[in-house]
Amino acid sequence: MKKQAKRMFDPSTIPDDLCPIATEFFDMQVGDWRAKRPVVIRTKCTKCGTCWAYCPTQCVVERDTWFEADLKLCKGCGICAQECPRHAIIMVDEEDS
Amino acid sequence: MGKTIVCDGNEAAAWGVSLAKPDMIAVYPITPQSSLAEHLTEFIASGRLSADLMDVEGEHTVLSVLQGACLAGARTFTATSAQGLAFMFEPYYRTPNLRLPIVMAIVTRDGISPQTVWGGQQDAMTVKEAGWIQMYAESNQEVLDSIIMAYRVAEHPEVLLPVNVCLDGNFLSYGIEAVSLPDSRLVDEFLREKSTNWHAALDPERPMAVDPLTGGGSAQGASMFVRYRKGQCKGMQKALGVIEDVHAEYAAKIGRSYAPLIESYRMEDANFAIMTIGSMTGAGKDAVDMARNQGKMVGLLKVKTVRPFPVDALCRSITRIKALGVVDRSVNYGWNAGFLYQEVLGAMYHGTTRVSAVSFIGGLSGSDITVEKHFRRVIDVTERAYRGDVVKETIWLNEDD
Repeated sequence: MKKQAKRMFDPSTIPDDLCPIATEFFDMQVGDWRAKRPVVIRTKCTKCGTCWAYCPTQCVVERDTWFEADLKLCKGCGICAQECPRHAIIMVDEEDS
Repeated sequence: MGKTIVCDGNEAAAWGVSLAKPDMIAVYPITPQSSLAEHLTEFIASGRLSADLMDVEGEHTVLSVLQGACLAGARTFTATSAQGLAFMFEPYYRTPNLRLPIVMAIVTRDGISPQTVWGGQQDAMTVKEAGWIQMYAESNQEVLDSIIMAYRVAEHPEVLLPVNVCLDGNFLSYGIEAVSLPDSRLVDEFLREKSTNWHAALDPERPMAVDPLTGGGSAQGASMFVRYRKGQCKGMQKALGVIEDVHAEYAAKIGRSYAPLIESYRMEDANFAIMTIGSMTGAGKDAVDMARNQGKMVGLLKVKTVRPFPVDALCRSITRIKALGVVDRSVNYGWNAGFLYQEVLGAMYHGTTRVSAVSFIGGLSGSDITVEKHFRRVIDVTERAYRGDVVKETIWLNEDD
């Protein structure tokens, strides 16, 4: 490993057109892709956790008496609204909200 | 000291691998490569070869784990054939773009359908545009020697591309010949220190993502993408000279020499020639000798390196002839001709000599290309082209067998 590190940091031995690598991390907000957002009707929510279990991006977060999606990560797929046994989640167009 | 053994091409390949001392091998058995995989596993089990052997569930994974190993600095090897190569295609197509010096033998086999398990070069020829270097061996000895040389070519810092050493299924894979094993210490000296694409190699002190999204219409995406593509083409063109240098160095060190790109046989005073590839060449040379005895001024060109295609070497070797009969063991469906034939037509446009070229297709699915019947016909038809006949139709040599 020492040998590799030494070679890698000697730029004269490594062409820079070999293949792409990324050394900086960018925090991509997948929530920006969303067309519809889930809105939780708190009076209906019994905090059963079905939405939390079904969310494919695992973005459902726990509040005091309800669950809701972290909108930075929610892509708006609507699975939570489909699966909620209390029909406590509705999908609202982003353009209208 | 080296010694001489008697073995088939698959075992010769395994000995070549053993002498190159890879760190990791992954193979999935497929006819006609299977006994190559068996010899490698036997060498590892007996301790002759000290390499990690990955037991994986298919060829896609074979090449994927070797990409990881190569990125960690390992020297790697695999081998496959036909449908296995087809299943491997997704990582196959990515390996040269990642500039990973992996060596893989293709024990060439015809393509399905119709169902076939016999030799032909349809598999290797079909994937030749994916960016791997491809060298085709004529004998079992050349298989062994070329696998060793392949690592020097692949790991050359100005090449850094994967290499296929192609050996004809059945004819070489199961054909038995005397094979000299070079002295292991000489091979070590020849191969030098193992090397990989250090730009992307695993280093805990420098965390990175390999192969991030590149291109698109965003800032610098287009120019970055072009830079990588051009770098890859530069490595490929550089390989032509490196392949020649490596063959010369191997000859000086180990004592066996091969034409690295295109071999010329009895071409000095030839008026026309035939072109061969791989194991058919021996029969081709015999046929040329017989025709010479009958006064025909025929020579032979054998192509070893197909990728990168040796355009200049080809143009130099045809300056004295007027006709060339190209014998392929594969079918280029899009051109209704052989693959090698099409390469020759393309290369001629870069030179000043245009010869009358004829496409012959033979040896499909294990069929034989014999001296008396098939090569005699190749020479006769090519001679007719030399005399001025226009032969436009592709000739299928085994059509009546």
